[in-house]
Parts: sequence; structure tokens; C-alpha cells
Amino acid sequence: MWIDRVVELVASQKLVAIKNVSLAEEHLQDHFGADGARGLGACPVMPACFIIEGMAQTGGILVGHAEGFRLNVVLAKISRVELLRDAIPGDTLRYTATIERMDAMGATVKGTIDLMRHGDDHRASIASGTPAGWQPVGTVEMMFSHLDNNMGAGGQAGRDFPSGNFVFGESFQTLLRSSGY
Amino acid sequence: MTRDEILGKVRTVLVDALAVDEDEVTLNASLVRDLGAESIDFLDIVFKLEQAFGFKIQQGELFPENVAQDPKYVQAGKVTSDGIAALKARLPHVDFSTWEKDPSLNKVAELFTVDTIVRFVEKKLG
Repeated sequence: MWIDRVVELVASQKLVAIKNVSLAEEHLQDHFGADGARGLGACPVMPACFIIEGMAQTGGILVGHAEGFRLNVVLAKISRVELLRDAIPGDTLRYTATIERMDAMGATVKGTIDLMRHGDDHRASIASGTPAGWQPVGTVEMMFSHLDNNMGAGGQAGRDFPSGNFVFGESFQTLLRSSGY
Repeated sequence: MTRDEILGKVRTVLVDALAVDEDEVTLNASLVRDLGAESIDFLDIVFKLEQAFGFKIQQGELFPENVAQDPKYVQAGKVTSDGIAALKARLPHVDFSTWEKDPSLNKVAELFTVDTIVRFVEKKLG
């Protein structure tokens, strides 16, 4: 999973999730790895593709929840992405997904990403006397397809899919349960 | 709304949905062949047209549905005369005149040009 906890859920409208970026995550060792030839040390930055994946999982759960997880919901298109800030170990990412439109075929979802840089934020809040805050990272526009209605027996392609829901498996259920939903 | 105003809004929708340049969106440009549209893009275009023009588009109203699966409408990769009649009845904004001389199913998508969408919007607003 690329999110750690669901913190807010308004059915068919909005879902907010957080992810804590940890230096224990293996991909951070390689992105960006040390470059001895150029005299550069390792610079661990969360790859943007995984930030987008976290946003997509947040949106996917929102769209799946709207139909009681009866339909297989897949990410069909990422229309636009803008990420203005890197996430580094120790940051908390916050993903906010809102449904812009949904029908039997699919949904368009707007994603907004913020981060909390705990050290900077803590020091700044002490210095200014104001509470800790979130900094904007960027936005992701996504489309999700209700796969069964588009490609399945009732849809255009008439394909056979396995019975049961093969998108929202155990890991999604565990995440929701551990988040108190 | 004039035809130019409609084209302007349709152009904005297609630039946004298909990540193409404005000058590529000419009236005769085919959505699939010239602008690189894939199946999910058609759903995206429908959503964005609804937002841009403030009307609701029913499933199958702009782009065809449930034709390819019906053996009465498609045989050996060709759309039958019943199928052509059904398409014409459901999609009055589409110009079928050239295509119906050789009505291949896999060429149906090429019928959809920027002009087709402009005509569809004109009829909806009409």
C-alpha cells in the first residue's frame, strides 16, 4: 500500500489519507543514490510515481467505497499532474481526493497533495508562535473506470472476469479497518 | 452560442482531454487517427463537454454503444444494414456517407471528428 491511514471519509464525495515517508523504504536508497564520480552523497527523495500511486489509491478507495466495493475500479487515466515539492524521509504526505463526476461507467477525481515537514514546521511554529501547518505539493487529475461496466459481460468488450472483486483485496480492507472504517 | 464559440469550447475540452496542441484541433481532425484518442478518452471527453456546456449526455448519445456485441448489427467485421440504420437513428450528428460504402466496424471510431462533436453540441443546444 502507498498510504498508511485513511483520516477522513465522506461517502461519494471526499477521502483524505496520509502517508509517512520513511528512510526504511528501500526505494529511497536508490533514489537518488550516491554518485561517487561526481562527489555527490545519497539524496533520498520519494519518487514522484509513488506519490501519484498514493494519490490514485486514495481516489480509488473513494470511488470503490461509493458503490460498496461491489465493482472493480481501476485507474484508467491520469489527465494532469503537477508536483512542486519533493517529499523526503520524515515528511507526512496528505492525499485529498474529491469526486468531480461519477456515473455507471466511471469517475473523474481531483487529487490534492500536501506535506508536513516535521522538523522545519516544528521550528517555524516555535519561532512564530503559530500552529504547525501543511505545505502544498501539487495536484493530480485522474479518471477511474468501473471495469465491469466498461469491459465486462455487460459492457462493450464483453470480457469474462473472475468472480468477486479482484481490485479491493485484503490490503485495502486491512487499511480501512486499521483506520477505523 | 455561435458555431465559432462552440468550436472554441470544444477545442479547449479536446486540448485538455487529449493533451494536444490547439492548432491540431481542426474541424476535420479525427479523434482517434489524428488526435490519438483511446477508449477511456471518450468518457473523459463526455465528462468535460458536460462541464463546459452545462448539459447532461446520456450513455451512447455522443459515441455509439452496444452495436459491436449484437450479431444482428455486425457480421464478419462489417456493420449490417440494420446496424447502419440503428447507428443513424442514434447518432444524427455523425456523417456516415463515406463510411457506409465500406462499413467496417473497426473504422467506426474514425467517423468521429472535431466537426462531429461541434454538430452534436449544436443539436444539444439547438
